[in-house]
Amino acid sequence: MRFQPTDEQRALRDAVRQLLARRFDGAALRAAVARPGVDRALWRELGAAGFFALRMPEAEGGVGLGLPEAVLAFEETGRALLPGPLVATHLAAGTVPGAATGEAVVAAVDGELVEWLEAADVVRGDTDGAVAIRSVDPLTPLHAVRSPAAADPVAVLLTAAEQLGTAGRVCELAVQHARTREQFGRPVGAFQAVKHLCADMLVRTEVARAAVYAAAVTAGPADIAAARLLADEAAVRGARDCLQVHGGMGFTWESEVHLHLKRAWVRAQRAGADTESEEVLAADLLS
Amino acid sequence: MDLSDTPEEEEFRARLREWLAKVLPTLPPKPSPDDWPARRAYDLGWQRTLYDAGYGEVHWDASPATRLIFLEETERAGAPYVGAGFVGLLHAGPTVAAEGTPEQRARWLPPILRGEEVWCQGFSEPDAGSDLASLRTRAWRDGDAYVVSGSKIWTSHAEVADWCELLVRTDPTAAKHRGITWLAMPMSAPGVTVRPLRTLAGSAEFAEVFLDEVRVPVANRVGAENDGWRVTMVTLSFERGTAFVGEVVSCRRVLGELARTARENGRWDDPVLRRRLGRLNAEFRALWRLTQWNVSEAERTGGVPGVGGSVFKLRYSHARQELYDAAADVLGPRSLDLDGPWTLDRLSSLSYTIAAGTSQIQRNIVAERILGLPKGP
Repeated sequence: MRFQPTDEQRALRDAVRQLLARRFDGAALRAAVARPGVDRALWRELGAAGFFALRMPEAEGGVGLGLPEAVLAFEETGRALLPGPLVATHLAAGTVPGAATGEAVVAAVDGELVEWLEAADVVRGDTDGAVAIRSVDPLTPLHAVRSPAAADPVAVLLTAAEQLGTAGRVCELAVQHARTREQFGRPVGAFQAVKHLCADMLVRTEVARAAVYAAAVTAGPADIAAARLLADEAAVRGARDCLQVHGGMGFTWESEVHLHLKRAWVRAQRAGADTESEEVLAADLLS
Repeated sequence: MDLSDTPEEEEFRARLREWLAKVLPTLPPKPSPDDWPARRAYDLGWQRTLYDAGYGEVHWDASPATRLIFLEETERAGAPYVGAGFVGLLHAGPTVAAEGTPEQRARWLPPILRGEEVWCQGFSEPDAGSDLASLRTRAWRDGDAYVVSGSKIWTSHAEVADWCELLVRTDPTAAKHRGITWLAMPMSAPGVTVRPLRTLAGSAEFAEVFLDEVRVPVANRVGAENDGWRVTMVTLSFERGTAFVGEVVSCRRVLGELARTARENGRWDDPVLRRRLGRLNAEFRALWRLTQWNVSEAERTGGVPGVGGSVFKLRYSHARQELYDAAADVLGPRSLDLDGPWTLDRLSSLSYTIAAGTSQIQRNIVAERILGLPKGP
């Protein structure tokens, strides 16, 4: 058993992180909030780097890697809050022309919603009568659809990977703030009430990491359902606690904390509600 | 990322399975939990059986992944747990192996491995719990012996132990972490008094140990005088690392039994309870994966288990309590019956967020040592 990522997998994760740090830093994030949209040049750059064609066979022009590598890559886009229908386009690679190279932006109906309907070149699923809603996440335009679509298990897993990225990032943001913000003459992170919030964020993140990576290795339905529940919990509760640790600043539009929480809420609504995954795992106990 | 066994691991697992299937039916019946001498004999007998079959040192010299397989397969097969061998095999033994002299290793390790001697742990004191380093049991030199006076508490297996790994204060003037020494004390020495403590579960699982001018040979000191805190930290990292592997396997089995019981008694039709069991399935699957993750990290780094064990212990201890709370809701009024299937497990689960470092102390460790937050006031 060699569960830890290989050197090649670590290198791939680092490469995605570096690309995003260079092309989608804090300034780019704030610019995206002011003027939401899919950055087509960055989309093509991701395509050229093999992000969308990662799991396609080499014979078909893909990178020929598997779910573990895809999960590591999506953890990074989740961390960076990169906007756009990344999961839908990744899943369309090899099926929808231009998706693999990043020439085409592909959206898909997922549960009762479709993200990025108007910005996409191709939309998969039944969007007849789709109605725009004012999205709580400024970086994810949403439409409600009439006929809900069943979730692709790979989409559930890649969403869990994005949630894992958020969980890790908000823990870092909370720790950075707790180490530097001083009250009562010392960093607030010296107080156990704050310190223990941060410790719980890390614990949730590491438990979710083990579940998400294992599901990427086995691709089993119960493992994917478990990954989803734990990653949703780690992301949503982590972002909530991160907001709390930031105090008043956490409640402002200027701080990036709310963007992580809102994206985590959007992703948690994909693939039906958590209750469906709980039912999968309940049924698994009797199998 | 790979969760499959290597060819060597696969071979070890197959051989172990075959051996367990052969040997387990020949074991004597489990003794009553209240019969300490019988429990000692049963637990040591199992260790002797392991030793004779070549598995005696699996806790010490096997790779972390091999040890994980050993713990997983023995639990799955329903083999006995280390029991009275716990401190010897998982605390004191590894400490002596890492820090003892060749003479000390030759004296203490073979009887542990052969299932001949039981160790207990004399760390906590009535006034030194979470703040273990403030312990006050005194030891002073008198010729070739230390003379020890004080009291210890929460000492498991004290009634049947041959040896006690004892922390004593040898320099009361030094900073609290610096004046502590690690001694191996014979429990038969004059001046040792054991008083069993009854737990809230009704059983006497641990004891108070009173020490009145007990003479312990200087040769029984492991590590240097006043270096006992560092020696102790080696021991604690073993406990927080892999001590719960078998328990996660058994919790997953209990969860399956809970689901089947709920289906039989009709409570499975309650979607809230059913989904709660589904969520617990996610929880224990993840804890099993986290165990595999930590073990494979130890394989990669080759070191003793580190602070990652605190992350596991924090989550697991709460999950275990939630599991047995869910069991009570599956059983309903029968959960109040002490002879019911999970009532005693529910009671004993209450110790998990306290023993071996409370959840609050674990959160301090995670926050300060992993996240780098400043130490508290």
